[in-house]
Amino acid sequence: MDKIKLATVWLDGCSGCHMSFLDMDEQLLALADAITLVYSPLVDFKEFPPDVDVTLVEGAVSSEEDLHKIQMIRQRTKLLVSLGDCAITGNVPSMRNPFGPEAILERAYLEDGLINPVIPTVNVPPLLKTVQPVHTVVPVDVFVPGCPPPAGVIYEAVAALTEGRTPNLHGLTRFGK
Amino acid sequence: MNSNVVTLSINGKEVSGRDDETILELALENGIQIPRLCYLEGLSIVGACRLCMVEVLGAKGLIAACATRITEGMVVQTDSERLAEYRRSILEMLFAEGFHVCSVCVANGHCELQTQAAHAGIDHIDLPYLYPRRKVDASHRLFGLDANRCILCTRCVRVCSEIEGARTWSVSGRGIEAHIISDFATPWGESTTCTSCGKCVQVCPTGALFMKGASTAELEKRTDFLSWITAMREQR
Repeated sequence: MDKIKLATVWLDGCSGCHMSFLDMDEQLLALADAITLVYSPLVDFKEFPPDVDVTLVEGAVSSEEDLHKIQMIRQRTKLLVSLGDCAITGNVPSMRNPFGPEAILERAYLEDGLINPVIPTVNVPPLLKTVQPVHTVVPVDVFVPGCPPPAGVIYEAVAALTEGRTPNLHGLTRFGK
Repeated sequence: MNSNVVTLSINGKEVSGRDDETILELALENGIQIPRLCYLEGLSIVGACRLCMVEVLGAKGLIAACATRITEGMVVQTDSERLAEYRRSILEMLFAEGFHVCSVCVANGHCELQTQAAHAGIDHIDLPYLYPRRKVDASHRLFGLDANRCILCTRCVRVCSEIEGARTWSVSGRGIEAHIISDFATPWGESTTCTSCGKCVQVCPTGALFMKGASTAELEKRTDFLSWITAMREQR
């Protein structure tokens, strides 16, 4: 069987979904026979390859960098998987939406009693007006809810995709799991 | 008793009940679950959430099972692809209209909205989120209200009026502006009617009304007191 090319990306999230991915423990060995990890925060490839079979996206779309990244990834990926509540609902990152990015930056960088209070503008991407779930920006093929999704559920989803099945996660996970 | 026994069919099964019972009551008696959020045994019926809608043969539209009495020969269907689709839409609208962040909610794992969504197989919301900026009232000594999590089921309004008799809660505003208020839209902590009994907190299906001091996923609600109070009142 040909190995599928798997990528994982980390947008605006806490990396908890990636931690849960690693929590698969020995199931990772079972997956290793079926996948090649071609891009991920867990490995050191710098460029997102042009022909990825499955990409797991952790995190919401919060900055211009996130937006460009996810649009590029969508073009280069056959199946895009929203992994976890931030990617699916906006979750905690989206709690800034009613207030707007200016209020958040001022609260974090100006009002906290720092010695030299300044809002960073160099080497950091501008924040979008609102944090968005991934599927509102690009089409998403599979949704794996949870905060984070349990390791076994991620395994089930990825294993199904490597076998060419549509993952059936009904009853296994939910928002906030 | 002036009620008669009637026989009808629910999901193809012959069932009998008193003609002063509702479709929902009879279904539950017969072990048939119908999704619901605003209905709670022991409180009056408002038919607000529309989740318990069922198909009745010959009826023009869908019927709220909680608010419809059974009749002889009725043919009821509580589950179908069409009903499932409507129920998913209702739940999606609730998620999109309010601000439900399950992962950090005090009711995570014990929330009826969350449970209904999981049961309906909802794994994402297609409707655009409104991200409203709703108020949090933390002025009460023991309890809090986070309006972001409120689905306007009015269980709190009804339990406060019908069971506790305090009438602290009511609904203000219309449509998408509708929200729960205590007294004359004054802070809950300054309420002159609230007895601090906590019944509203216990019947709230989400984390909108919560006990202070409970952290994420710690708040488990108990509604069993309602059947005890109802039973004692009927005996008197």
